[in-house]
Amino acid sequence: MPVAKNLRSIGRRVVSAVWRVGLATRFFLLTLAYSGTSFRRFHLTIKELFSTGVMSLIIIIVAGLFVGMVLGLQGYETLKRYGSESALGVMVALGLVRELGPVVAALLFASRAGSAMTAEIGLMKATEQITAMEMMAVNPIARIVAPRFWAGVISMPLLAAMFSAVGVFGGYFVGVIQIGVDEGSFWSQMQAAVDFREDILNGVIKSFVFGTVVTVIALFEGYDAPPTAEGVSGATTRTVVTSSLAILMLDFILTAIMFRGN
Amino acid sequence: MERTTLDLWVGIFVVGGIAALVMLAMKVGNLGTYNVSEAYQVHAYFSNIGGLKPKASIKSAGVLVGRVTDISLDMERYEARVTMSLDKRYQFPKDTAAKILTSGLLGEQYIGFDVGGDEAMLKNGDELKMTQSAVVLEDLIGKFIYSKAEGSTN
Repeated sequence: MPVAKNLRSIGRRVVSAVWRVGLATRFFLLTLAYSGTSFRRFHLTIKELFSTGVMSLIIIIVAGLFVGMVLGLQGYETLKRYGSESALGVMVALGLVRELGPVVAALLFASRAGSAMTAEIGLMKATEQITAMEMMAVNPIARIVAPRFWAGVISMPLLAAMFSAVGVFGGYFVGVIQIGVDEGSFWSQMQAAVDFREDILNGVIKSFVFGTVVTVIALFEGYDAPPTAEGVSGATTRTVVTSSLAILMLDFILTAIMFRGN
Repeated sequence: MERTTLDLWVGIFVVGGIAALVMLAMKVGNLGTYNVSEAYQVHAYFSNIGGLKPKASIKSAGVLVGRVTDISLDMERYEARVTMSLDKRYQFPKDTAAKILTSGLLGEQYIGFDVGGDEAMLKNGDELKMTQSAVVLEDLIGKFIYSKAEGSTN
């Protein structure tokens, strides 16, 4: 019976997906519980901050610059029709601070840093380094996972803020310097429309949530990867796919909660 | 603790991120321009507020003097009660009139103050007695058509 077989395989997939969600939650709680080491021996976290945060700087800054420039160009083309080019600054800043900054920075972070984390931990597992640590009574979650988790959580809001800041200057470069929108109205309308708590802090909260989710997914996929070459490559792919989808879905939910009815 | 170049890079990263946040707050956002610490509250009743929203600006002679903090419907008068928070630096006479105005043709709505001549000044919790409601475009068109129709019969 092909129908029954298909149904059974769908059911098995759903059950295993729910199972993995449960495992990931337990893994997340364990990471939180064993986080003490990553603050007591802070150089472990510093090292991870370097490889996740500092190494992502270039891609974040270049991407932010170009996204801001495109926003400036496209925004100008549309706003020109309504004779309100002076609102270009508002459009660029709100678009970046509320949405594009946190979301695009998180997507880049997932593919730049998240995939590296998964591959690193997956390979550690495949070469039995994690088992060796357990043999030496070193808790691998406290020693390997927790510092990476906190590095991701700390660096994500900083990267998103840099993305938005650089993007605003990209929009300024195209809008004011190249096209010739009035500089005064560009900044003053922006300052009048962008609220610190409502827009900027909500953007920071968003990127904090994204940072947590991406890092947990990346670490869990690495820790849970089958200890083979295919297993690690599959886990890396799953990290990028799952965390990208999670970012976009969470973004909708967070936006609906934060900006509804304003 | 020994210093490594790695620490320097992480330091640059963290300082850069915080600098970006401060820049967003001061240059892009309004944290540097508007301060609500010293304020007093007054309220006014309007029969129609049109599209006025909380946080809309309150202007006198075009200068920003405060913000709308709360809008609610008064169930005894069936009028909109608008609470405003005004900057302590600006004092207004008791007979100041509040009008709901529109910036530009289709722009945002704000409250404009017409300053009166009373000796006594507004205090915290006072009510602005003289108000002028928002101009609703449909009402305006309705009046216009009505007056046209009247004009043609005469």
